[in-house]
Amino acid sequence: MIGASRQEGMMQRLLVGRMFQGRLVPDSMRTEAGGRIDRARDLRFRFDGVDYLGCEGDTLASALLANGIHLVGRSFKYHRPRGILSAGAEEPNALVTLRRDGGRTTPNLRATQIELYEGLEATSQNRWPSLSTDFGALASLAAPLLPAGFFYKTMLGPRGWKLWHRLFEPLLRRGAGLGHAPTQPDPDRYARYHDHCDVLIVGAGPAGLAAALAAGREGQRVILCDEQAEPGGTLLTEIRALVDGIPAREFLARSLAELSAMPNVRVMPRTTAFGLYPHNHAGLAERVTDHLAAPGQDLPRERLWQIRAARVVLATGAIERPLLFPNNDRPGVMLAGAARDYLLRYGVKVGNHVVIATACDSAYLTALDLAAAGVEVKVVLDLRSSAEGPLPEAVRKAGIPILTGGRVLGTHLRRLRLDSVLLGRADGRTRWFDCDALLVSNGHTPTAHLAAHARAPMHWNDTWGAFLPGSIEGVASIGACAGATTLAEALAQGAALFAAVPPPVEAELPIAPAPGTLQGAETGCVFVDLQNDVTAQDIRMAVGEGFRSVEHVKRYTAGGLGTDQGKTGNMALFALTAAASGLAPAQVGTTTFRPPYTPVTFGTLAGPARGDLFDPVRTTPLHDKAVAEAAVFEDVGPWKRARYFPRKGETMHEAVAREVAATRATAGMFDASTLGKIEVMGPDAAEFLNRLYVNALTGLKPGSCRYAVMLSEAGFVMDDGIVARLAENHFHVTTTTGGAARVLHHMEDYRQTEWPDLRVWLTSTTEHWAVIALQGPKAREILIPLCEADISALPHMAVRDLTIAGAPARLMRVSFTGELGFEVNVPARHAPPLWDALRARLAAIGGTLYGTEAMHVMRAEKGYIIIGQETDGTVTPGDLGLPEGRAKPDFVGKRSLTRPDMLLPDRRQLVGLLTENPAVMLEEGAQLVTEASPPPGTPALGHVTSAYHSPALGRSIALALLAGGRTRLGQRLFVAGPRGGIAVTVAPPVFLDPEGARLHG
Amino acid sequence: MLIIRCPYCEANRPEPEFRHAGAAHIVRPLDPSATTDAEWAEFLYHRDNPRGTVAERWRHIHGCGRFFNALRDTVSDRILSTYPAGQGRPE
Amino acid sequence: MRRFSLATLLREALRGHTGWAPQWRDATPKPAYDAIIVGAGGHGLATAYYLAAECGVRNVAVVEKGWLGGGNTARNTTIIRSNYLWEESEAIYEHSLKLWEDLSHALNYNTMYSPRGVMMLAHTVHDEQVLKRHIHANRLAGIDNEWLSPREAQEFCPILNTDPALRYPVLGAALQRRGGVARHDAVAWGYARAASALGVDIIQNCAVTGIRRGADGAVQGVETERGFIAAPQVGVVAAGHTSVLMAMAGVRMPLESFPLQALVSEPVKPVMPCVVMSNTIHAYISQSDKGELVIGAGTDVYTSYSQRGGLHIASDTLEAICELFPTVRRLRMLRSWGGIVDVTPDRSPIIGTTPVPGLFVNCGWGTGGFKATPGSGHVFAHTIAKGTPHPIAAPFALDRFRTGRLIDEAAAAAVAH
Repeated sequence: MIGASRQEGMMQRLLVGRMFQGRLVPDSMRTEAGGRIDRARDLRFRFDGVDYLGCEGDTLASALLANGIHLVGRSFKYHRPRGILSAGAEEPNALVTLRRDGGRTTPNLRATQIELYEGLEATSQNRWPSLSTDFGALASLAAPLLPAGFFYKTMLGPRGWKLWHRLFEPLLRRGAGLGHAPTQPDPDRYARYHDHCDVLIVGAGPAGLAAALAAGREGQRVILCDEQAEPGGTLLTEIRALVDGIPAREFLARSLAELSAMPNVRVMPRTTAFGLYPHNHAGLAERVTDHLAAPGQDLPRERLWQIRAARVVLATGAIERPLLFPNNDRPGVMLAGAARDYLLRYGVKVGNHVVIATACDSAYLTALDLAAAGVEVKVVLDLRSSAEGPLPEAVRKAGIPILTGGRVLGTHLRRLRLDSVLLGRADGRTRWFDCDALLVSNGHTPTAHLAAHARAPMHWNDTWGAFLPGSIEGVASIGACAGATTLAEALAQGAALFAAVPPPVEAELPIAPAPGTLQGAETGCVFVDLQNDVTAQDIRMAVGEGFRSVEHVKRYTAGGLGTDQGKTGNMALFALTAAASGLAPAQVGTTTFRPPYTPVTFGTLAGPARGDLFDPVRTTPLHDKAVAEAAVFEDVGPWKRARYFPRKGETMHEAVAREVAATRATAGMFDASTLGKIEVMGPDAAEFLNRLYVNALTGLKPGSCRYAVMLSEAGFVMDDGIVARLAENHFHVTTTTGGAARVLHHMEDYRQTEWPDLRVWLTSTTEHWAVIALQGPKAREILIPLCEADISALPHMAVRDLTIAGAPARLMRVSFTGELGFEVNVPARHAPPLWDALRARLAAIGGTLYGTEAMHVMRAEKGYIIIGQETDGTVTPGDLGLPEGRAKPDFVGKRSLTRPDMLLPDRRQLVGLLTENPAVMLEEGAQLVTEASPPPGTPALGHVTSAYHSPALGRSIALALLAGGRTRLGQRLFVAGPRGGIAVTVAPPVFLDPEGARLHG
Repeated sequence: MLIIRCPYCEANRPEPEFRHAGAAHIVRPLDPSATTDAEWAEFLYHRDNPRGTVAERWRHIHGCGRFFNALRDTVSDRILSTYPAGQGRPE
Repeated sequence: MRRFSLATLLREALRGHTGWAPQWRDATPKPAYDAIIVGAGGHGLATAYYLAAECGVRNVAVVEKGWLGGGNTARNTTIIRSNYLWEESEAIYEHSLKLWEDLSHALNYNTMYSPRGVMMLAHTVHDEQVLKRHIHANRLAGIDNEWLSPREAQEFCPILNTDPALRYPVLGAALQRRGGVARHDAVAWGYARAASALGVDIIQNCAVTGIRRGADGAVQGVETERGFIAAPQVGVVAAGHTSVLMAMAGVRMPLESFPLQALVSEPVKPVMPCVVMSNTIHAYISQSDKGELVIGAGTDVYTSYSQRGGLHIASDTLEAICELFPTVRRLRMLRSWGGIVDVTPDRSPIIGTTPVPGLFVNCGWGTGGFKATPGSGHVFAHTIAKGTPHPIAAPFALDRFRTGRLIDEAAAAAVAH
């Protein structure tokens, strides 16, 4: 962007420039009239540091051409100077970096698709130091040494020197790549929309318009999208034909007006349907602000539309193919259709003296229209042996000479721009023609990308020299992409889809499809893929080296793998592959088109999912309380959990030691609301739970709780929790924080599909209940005054419904700390006041809040496991020293526990570890071995699962899974580490109060 | 993103409303303890995994919450039919 | 086999590159071979190569239904590493990594193996525990893997966002410096060329339609589109399609096939110096030598052989990528594609014998098979040649699903890629 003050300065220079300065001659190649630009609105823009003028309605490409600029880029490999080949999405050459403020700079954009805006600033890419003087072009000199795949054959260096990685690869990487990635985060917004429709029509050319009109009039819900700023496709350049009795462009305007008046039709310009996914799910990218000089803050840069369409109609047209001849890549060589687009849509003459070379009738239209605009068309060279029909006749009548059966033999470059072409006549004579542009056509390739995404079959068509899409359920192709050759045919196909009558067409100059030709590709530097510098010789070489599949040739030569995805070059690549293999193109086939049709911004696909919206945070009803207490949080799944509550200046270690000590001395309070909770009800609830958990649950008395372990059917510990029986037919089951959804799904699976006869119902109550854990010798003392029932005799593992501090509560006497403890479940809305009430009593008694870290330490002191820490999906209940349910006939996972491997004595079992030096902390994940310094490759006996400093013991403790661990109690082992082994003694996993005196106190 | 018809809700819904739950019509042995290790492994792990029509389980987890079965062509991803859990595989 | 070198390149340059011979013979099937490998992907071709080069079995055919290297070899994100958790996995992936290090020279084909480092990010305390467990296990096994602080991680990959305010901040990373990437196609082509030179017949466009077994149950050969081909030993190495092929021999496998998607950006100048993986937010990324950002997306949730999947899989991945690397948000997705991965219940491969005498299988590599290509082919070749599993392959036997001796990298590590 150009700053405001400089804009004023420029205005001065602009006026000067209009009159005097060569540097800012405005659009010298602009026609006097015509085109669909707004000549009244000058737009200033800058390319490679030089200022130019364009018009509202220009693309960057048309504006550059209006200023006589053809040279816009350098090729990927040889850094050859390149111009503008096309006028659309198929452009392989004219890639630029669009500079905007800060993080809005974007590389690799096609100048043919960039809409001009005031102050636009673009730079060329892949050149150093400048576009005209590029040292990278030295690669051209070495070109004979750099054929396709040269790097597979060399660049290794002597064995062991790793020269590829150390020397050659960095060199190659630096040379490769096109533009530079942005260096700052993208400040723009992207939006995401979903919609449904009866008919999605892709392409607002004649076929698409006719289909939209017919479907819209029928009352169907229609979405018509077009990748260009202005809908209309080839109607935009149809200056001869009458449709429905009026000029085609008027018909276009009338049709668009009619469509926009239909409430059931939405026309979406600047919207590229980039992919067609299973079940008619289409991805559309809408460009919202890129064409604006100063986009409003309220608009997203782009929108991703995900459209589900009952019917998809593809009217995507066809893409012109360039001719093959030596040095066919020079700036000034352009597709004939593109030259006509520039003239008729933008009022730009791509040259003053042009030569046209073609193997297709369509280029004659270009000759006629350019000549009418005052361009000297020196000659039309038709590679075919004869040129008959209304178009060649019209050209002859216009006085333009036609050479048939000729060839383009070469081009000459002067100051990085084509200045003459060498043509060969059928009789063998040759002649140089001076010209400033060579306009070529080699027929057209139907744009079948989206049909291919939908897996429509592709059929070779000799007339087009291309593959045409077959039909597939729910997806229709119409117009040029389906082989229609005339305007009338395209309109008819669109209307026919909805049984409508197409508008009549008069005065059309029909263009027959052409199969294209490979003539000219035999010798010399003939480029097939312009962006990746793949030559016809590369393809012949690849085939000669045994790469027969087109996929092989594509991969070996990189043909079709550029950012244009081979839109102009692929058919030649296939045809040359076929020719070199001695096969017909139909036998060789086509490579598979993959989404996207044209590149799609990452941000568009990622949409608004960034920052806080990347993944919603789950917080408990007590989250604000923890925030107010200055908690440090950790992410556990989607949850934020308070990890510890540091006082000023405290480290985590200090805070945790304090929290643990205070809890064990008096009491601690903990927000356990993240625990999963499932209400299980029904006459068969007990039987159901008994089948799902290892532990026996049918005999559980109402009012009692039991710790229970759940296995996967494969016998591995999957989750654990408390099963509380509230009444005969009513249970409250808890799960781990991360396991809540998984456990409910698992339960529902068995309930619905294995035991549908059981009368049991499940309800997730995780959000309903907030849970405050109150743990420590004084927990009861804190709680009693708030309870409206006597809980003084409530035993360990009992559960009661009662009122606490005015809230309906479900009180469980359970402990995950080894202390006398309670978990108070209250409906979420009652949690904050209850917290406050308990918090006040806790403070009065000298208790503490504690977080997940202290909770981990206290449970480890007691040898209680954490799912995901002591278990890892490979651990059985027996490994953990937990009941294995041997007495029960069956439960989920039981059968797996008797598989041979589950019975081995050397399974890893849960043990405690005590370091010889009590001050030394082990690291979680560290490996257990028998020697202090084991040689590399020594098998591990197990690993440390949890390691903490135990405030209760005043030393470090650890839990581990150890092979045959329970038979190794008392053994001295080593924990391997980078600085040698740490001696440890194997101990039982319960370090504190193994008798449970505190628990039951 | 597939469109799946929930046979209970009788509605076509996008794939993210559902959770895929593996192959259908795999019956848990009535008495697992009577199975051999090989038979048990067959139940736990071995699957037809066909290239063609597969019978698979889905759960309308963000809808009615119920499990059902679908017949789907694994080459085209076209869903041929959906039907309640417990019902036999349609011909 | 004519050696590739700068000298041969020079010589060919002088005559316009007209003298290059086919890199492999496009063979027509003989009536019988000593061994048939079904599937000419990287693993299958490597198997054939090592059979011929190391096991003295040269009368080998590799039968391929499409074009060689056209399955998952052509569709993966080329990540190479060996920092797995369990000793069995460490053994095979490290065996493979050691072969990678010399592979270009061994094959006289530049596979572009680039040990630029694989960095796995930790976003939660649990991630940190898991990655450190890997580091400890790897160190004991003599495999390099080290812990980086967020600052060190950012130094190693400057465009990584280590802002502590991120929704899932980077708490650290495990780095295997010897890990990296290679050129996927070159691996298939290099093995094909070397195997072909040793006499292996590579038969493309020849789908296997049946596996013939004798009265004794043993394998006799394969039925193909081009007729019956006899061999007493058949190795199935057909990632994605293993179940279909094994069903032809009456063997039902513990496998399911899922679509796995990946995508690349338009090429830009070097910006991503290493491989970065994040399991918690599901993203992995590197930059190819050509300049494309190569991004692995996840699998779709349903089984499929369609080689395509849903748009939401790619967009989910890009959400994560753009959070971790906010400067790439304006880059554009150039291509996306799908492969078919066959996945085992424990996310570890199956390599070895089958209940059918003479029939061997190598499958189940899930989303991470590319890195194992040389090692997998090597141990599988020895397994076929001797008729009994190579010691490194032995733990990966099909029978482990009966005994319960699973090698569960997914459950243990939650890092299965």
